[in-house]
Amino acid sequence: MQACRPRVVVAMSGGVDSSVTAALLAEQGFEVIGVTMRLWDGPATGKGCCGVDDATDARRVADRLGIPFYPVNYSAAFREKVIDNFVDEYQSGRTPNPCARCNQFIKFDQLLRQAHDLDAAYLATGHYARIDRSGARPRLRSGRDATKDQSYFLAVTPSEALDSLLFPLGDYTKDEVRAQAARLGLINADKAESQDICFVPRTAAELVAERGSGPGLNPGEVVDRAGNVVGRHKGAAFYTVGQRRGLDLALDHPMYVVETDPHSNRVVVAGAEEVFHERMEVSGLHWFAEPLASAGRSAEVKVRYAGRPVSARIQPLTGDRARVTFAEPVRAVTPGQVAAFYAEDEVLGGGWIEAAA
Amino acid sequence: MSLYLDHNATEPLDPEVRAVMEATAQERWGSSQSVHAWGQRARAALEEAREQAAVLVGAQPRQVTFTSGATEANNTVLKGRALHPGSQGTLLVGATEHASIRGPARYLGERGFPVAEIPVDGQGRVTPTALRDAIEAHWPVSLVSVLWAHNETGAVQPIPELAGVCAELGVPLHSDAVQAVGKVAVDFGAGPAAISLSAHKLGGPKGVGALVCDPEALTLDPLLHGGGQERGWRAGTENLPGIAGFGRAAELAAQRRPAWAQWTADLRDRLEARLSQDPVGAEVLSGGCERLPNTSCLVVPGVRAETLLMALDLEGIAVSSGSACASGSLEPSPALQAMGLSPERSGASVRVSLAGSNTAEEMADFADRLEALVSRLRQRSSAAG
Repeated sequence: MQACRPRVVVAMSGGVDSSVTAALLAEQGFEVIGVTMRLWDGPATGKGCCGVDDATDARRVADRLGIPFYPVNYSAAFREKVIDNFVDEYQSGRTPNPCARCNQFIKFDQLLRQAHDLDAAYLATGHYARIDRSGARPRLRSGRDATKDQSYFLAVTPSEALDSLLFPLGDYTKDEVRAQAARLGLINADKAESQDICFVPRTAAELVAERGSGPGLNPGEVVDRAGNVVGRHKGAAFYTVGQRRGLDLALDHPMYVVETDPHSNRVVVAGAEEVFHERMEVSGLHWFAEPLASAGRSAEVKVRYAGRPVSARIQPLTGDRARVTFAEPVRAVTPGQVAAFYAEDEVLGGGWIEAAA
Repeated sequence: MSLYLDHNATEPLDPEVRAVMEATAQERWGSSQSVHAWGQRARAALEEAREQAAVLVGAQPRQVTFTSGATEANNTVLKGRALHPGSQGTLLVGATEHASIRGPARYLGERGFPVAEIPVDGQGRVTPTALRDAIEAHWPVSLVSVLWAHNETGAVQPIPELAGVCAELGVPLHSDAVQAVGKVAVDFGAGPAAISLSAHKLGGPKGVGALVCDPEALTLDPLLHGGGQERGWRAGTENLPGIAGFGRAAELAAQRRPAWAQWTADLRDRLEARLSQDPVGAEVLSGGCERLPNTSCLVVPGVRAETLLMALDLEGIAVSSGSACASGSLEPSPALQAMGLSPERSGASVRVSLAGSNTAEEMADFADRLEALVSRLRQRSSAAG
């Protein structure tokens, strides 16, 4: 009864997480179709062109599972929505979040539409997050493995996408996933985790340098809060708020970047105690269910992937903006990153950090 | 359902060819270079295959050099010409050439050899005038290379006329005839100085092909140096079972061509007549010029070919589109771009290529499924707004 099996497209990278995702769904009786997104169209640097190795690994897993497999080319959309934005953000003195952008504009937009075009009911990925379908509407919840939870990157996912998404790894720990990979005989159980921007054979600095024009690419001065010159930098667009390494300063105590201004090519540093923020402004506000009431609301807020949530009060501003006031100061709130709003393990929504004070 | 409509990519091995290959592997395993009887038996099979391949294209057997395929033959022509001490001037290649010409041309260009393209018209053809203009613009010219019939659109180039222009100007012409041979008349005697052939497009084995070259019209350096095989033109112990299979495939292709051409053209034309109408409303590329009888390249408005290929494959139907990069994902077709197609149109083009074994029922079934699929995809994209 092949016609009764729900069809699911699985985004496969060749890594252990997405491979186990595909295998588990196949075991559960889904008709699984594997796809690998080709995201990089620039010249190679050792890693081979257009993610050849990743696609080859993913294809071998698909062969092993006996499922159809297709590479799909999203390199043009990825360049426009993720890479160009990545460099723009650095040149605007912000720190981009390419994973969240890729989820929002590539995986859960282009790829999801592709899945529906193939008559698939679902798109599945190897994210460590859960979608709770026990209620009237699906709710996004954090992954069971707190050390791997990736719900932060999903906070700006379009609400209607949740209906069609499956995250089978949300109930597993990383160790359990590795054990599953070993049980299923998947060849890449020990493959290294992807680093930097996955599928892109460049470091952030290389991508910024390749732009070749615009603000913040030339050496300049590092100043303290009072405007005293305390060192030199390679170009303000290469630095990010909270950064300590890579600063060549003639000072006897550790200093952190608290602001980059590529237009004046200035990097401002301060001592550890000055990197903390009491509030921030968020744009592109997104809620999975009820929109923000005019009286605002309380929530737990995460301002970076690796960080614990902090209690905060969210007050609406005009348009899709809000002011978030933390219950306790938060270290290095960084414009360009995602702000994810939680109530316990449920992701209520999110937005993009515009400014912090 | 299982329906293979991608015969320009490759063909299944013909059972008669396989029988010859098995017998050759069993009985003719000697080295053709050896003096003894084992060597002589191998040599006899090799020369018989050479005669069979020569007959197919109207060449002399001594003009046929076996290679590992058309990619090697094309590389030999371009690199062997560029590196030949007597040759001088620009390598001129058509704007819609196969990757196995564009690849070595780009490589040679990066190494400092002058390389240029000949533009094509909207049908994908190199006209005699365009060729003459290109030769005059890039004079001196050491070689012209133009694909005989296009793998994607099936457009057949006016090779005898192009050969006439080249002969008049004293420039050697090479033509990659991989898709043309066995499908349309390919007469080496009336045409170019060299052509490239491939066995697996004729129901022969993969990994075998030939360079047919008149050494008086085109002087080349070999690509592979070593032993004296192929009269020193191509060193390395011959893939004799493959070559014998190629010979038999060439013989069969020559016998079958008239009936094959009529049958596939009839199926193709009826398919195009139906798919040009609603609901698909396809546009036939290169429809205004002579085409391979079995080939149809269709622009399906409003549908991404990548999606169409995957969706058809999930229903068990094989067609193709564009060209694949190393990861297997599709790239925009450079040939269709050279013909002036916008990225949208070239990204909506699918190629259907038929075999003599296809039936009218299969074509009707394919058209039914394609119509249903295209209607569904268009509905979705209009719903998505």
